[in-house]
Amino acid sequence: MSELDELYQEIILDHNKNPRNFHKMEDANHMADGYNPLCGDKVTVYLHLDGDVVSDISFDGKGCAISTASASLMTETIKGKTLDEVKTMFESFHDLVTGRKDPMKCEVCVGKLKVLAGVRQFPMRVKCATLCWHTLKAAIESNEDEFVTTE
Amino acid sequence: MVTAENALSIKEWNRSASELDAYKLRDDFPILKRWVHGKPLVYLDNAASSQKPQAVIDAIEKVYTDSYSNIHRGVHALSQECTSAYEEAREKVQNFLNAAHSKEIIFVRNATEAINLVVSSYGRTNLSRGDEIVISAMEHHANIVPWQILCQQTGAVLRVAPMTDEGELQLDEYKKLLNDKTRFVSIVHISNALGTINPIRDIIAAAHDRGVPVLIDGAQSAPHTSIDVQELDCDFFVFSGHKLYGPSGIGVLYGKTEFLDSMPPYQGGGDMISYVSFEKTLYNDLPYKFEAGTPHIAGAIGLGAAIDYLTSIGLDSIAAYEQELLEYATRALAEIPEVRIIGAAKEKAAVISFLIGDIHPHDVGTILDQQGVAIRTGHHCAQPIMDRFGIPATARASLAFYNTREEIDALIAGIKKVIEVFG
Ligand SMILES: Cc1ncc(COP(=O)(O)O)c(C=O)c1O
Repeated sequence: MSELDELYQEIILDHNKNPRNFHKMEDANHMADGYNPLCGDKVTVYLHLDGDVVSDISFDGKGCAISTASASLMTETIKGKTLDEVKTMFESFHDLVTGRKDPMKCEVCVGKLKVLAGVRQFPMRVKCATLCWHTLKAAIESNEDEFVTTE
Repeated sequence: MVTAENALSIKEWNRSASELDAYKLRDDFPILKRWVHGKPLVYLDNAASSQKPQAVIDAIEKVYTDSYSNIHRGVHALSQECTSAYEEAREKVQNFLNAAHSKEIIFVRNATEAINLVVSSYGRTNLSRGDEIVISAMEHHANIVPWQILCQQTGAVLRVAPMTDEGELQLDEYKKLLNDKTRFVSIVHISNALGTINPIRDIIAAAHDRGVPVLIDGAQSAPHTSIDVQELDCDFFVFSGHKLYGPSGIGVLYGKTEFLDSMPPYQGGGDMISYVSFEKTLYNDLPYKFEAGTPHIAGAIGLGAAIDYLTSIGLDSIAAYEQELLEYATRALAEIPEVRIIGAAKEKAAVISFLIGDIHPHDVGTILDQQGVAIRTGHHCAQPIMDRFGIPATARASLAFYNTREEIDALIAGIKKVIEVFG
């Protein structure tokens, strides 16, 4: 597979075209906006946390194929997971896309997120893949008491 | 199919259409021989920064190998040689812009610093609450943010002249914005995101009718069209060396003497004083009043070499050749149904912002890069323009006189590859 084919795999193109969990969440209790000032991309991550379990997650915004697919895959992967599991996943995913970890060795913890491993050949695009995760982290840390929906 | 024969005929065509021989001039730029990802480099990101001819590289090397020393400070031979090379560079810039005096040429780091200098020095002294500054809807962030900071500090108000869907400044609306409160006009000559060439003669004349000074952001115009600041009658003109085939870290502020003389220093330090005591300091004369500290000596000399190089080709030939290349590229892009060009001003420089279907420009940039084609993607430091067109970003090909039709063909082939990947 060429580097380009590895980057733009079918699954990624599919998640870009038909992003999963791509909507605003009316009853979210955590939320955060993420920006990539380099390209003007914006993503909003909505969370519904029950205790320390991600009972629901969604996102919306505008971004490139890599950032859209990454966010879509992220929402699929972490729904139902505990915050501790999410934290470990983010770390493994980060190692994967920055090339610090061999994609073959990551299988257990990141599952289908490993289709994004192609990003490691494109240092300028790593931020595209990680933007949604940083935003997720901000959403988790956002204060539930201060949280006001825009409705 | 491109055969050796018809490739040659394209070359001949190119030569006959304009006096400028891009194929020959390319040899002056060592970096253009590079390959990227196994393909010959096709460098179409000239609006961000342009490549350097050997003459500039040599000039910089010569400073450091032959005569480097600090300037304006020593009686020894090296200091004298270096000082005169630095001051010669100033004269080259003076001639390049046709400024009346060399003391009207201030060396700064880049266009951004030149604008900040005017904003801080002229702006803070002359503007107060309720005063108005007029800019356009197609400014680079460098000509927006410094004015916004000034507005926060002084209570002045920023007014923005709108543009049409084609990306042309609405001159009548601009004129309506000028009123008794207008204290400054600061407008881009050529838009880096749209390629639009603004009618700066009319813009300047309308402001002057009301006694309002005008700054022209020439970051994109100085490298591509000849400039005569006396004929334009602008009060300030700024540009960056690195976009003009010169070194980065050196830029120019031109200002009319009457303004520069009355303005307070921008930064304090060495070189900008004539006498210092703890009680009182006398500032140096122009241009040194605005050049505090040791400047980018080799940068200024390298810029001088870039100017010599450009002048030897001729800015008019460059502009004519780049227009032909722009037309060729625009026509080729128009043949791809998925491509939408953003910016269709009648007067346009060789900058083409475009979108391919709903494919994000970032993905376009990555795939083109794999074909060896370097373009810029993003908001091009002009986010308000993106908002104006309701898009997050564009892909942008910006051309220089060393680009060729074959390189445009490579761009087109790359775009077809993008469409293929995204189905
Ligand atoms: C129109 C315009 N103005 C100002 C600038 C700022 O130039 P610099 O970053 O060299 O200061 C640029 C650079 O992209 C530009 O295109």
